[in-house]
Amino acid sequence: MEIQAKSADRNLLLELRGELDHHGAKDALRELELAVDAALPRRLVMDLSGVTFMDSSGIALLLRAQQRMQLLEGSLLVCGVPPQAKRVLDAAGISRLVTIK
Amino acid sequence: MRTKADNEITLEFPSRSSNEGFARSAVACFAAQLDPTLNELEDIKTAVSEAVTNAIVHAYPDSIGKVWVKARIFPGNVLELTIKDHGRGIPDVERAREPMFTTGGEERSGMGFTIMESFTDQLAVRSASGKGTTVTMKKKLAARMKASK
Repeated sequence: MEIQAKSADRNLLLELRGELDHHGAKDALRELELAVDAALPRRLVMDLSGVTFMDSSGIALLLRAQQRMQLLEGSLLVCGVPPQAKRVLDAAGISRLVTIK
Repeated sequence: MRTKADNEITLEFPSRSSNEGFARSAVACFAAQLDPTLNELEDIKTAVSEAVTNAIVHAYPDSIGKVWVKARIFPGNVLELTIKDHGRGIPDVERAREPMFTTGGEERSGMGFTIMESFTDQLAVRSASGKGTTVTMKKKLAARMKASK
């Protein structure tokens, strides 16, 4: 699991690459916290287009991101969701909680 | 009498998170002989990943124990997956199966069983406190090719 962070004007973009399972999510959670602490963004975009596999560990990561952005009174947008990850998010009904483009 | 499986594999590995990817990929390779669609293959990988992660996170929270994964193919393109551990067990299976219930902290979403249920046709969970947990899932795959004998 690899996360690349880009930030400008309190906009933070996180590009995720690789397998987002429990093993990968441990690093991803840490990277998310570090990037959000450093950027204190108003808007966080998580691009999942490079994610080759995702299970419910990815849901925990997105919910954590949502929680962090709520505390900062900012917004979260999840984009580039591949079909397999989309089915996982749909099965869990996550689109009711997180904005997915 | 139980129907005999046409083919089967058993994997045994220590409950290290680095084995999650290995387990789901190995089962997907085995299931490939059923000529699954890409969606079916992804469903199988996702279901295995959830069950194996549960064993790693919940069965052996403070130690490394053994996890067994058995995949069996039955006539009629049915794949049966059994994920077993000898860990601490689930005190209340019904509650554990409820969406969003978790004892795993913020790393976990509590959606594992919901996803296993939604990605397979049948899910059974047997657990005994201090003895371990066995999760059995069945999935019937669309017959795209005549099965070779």
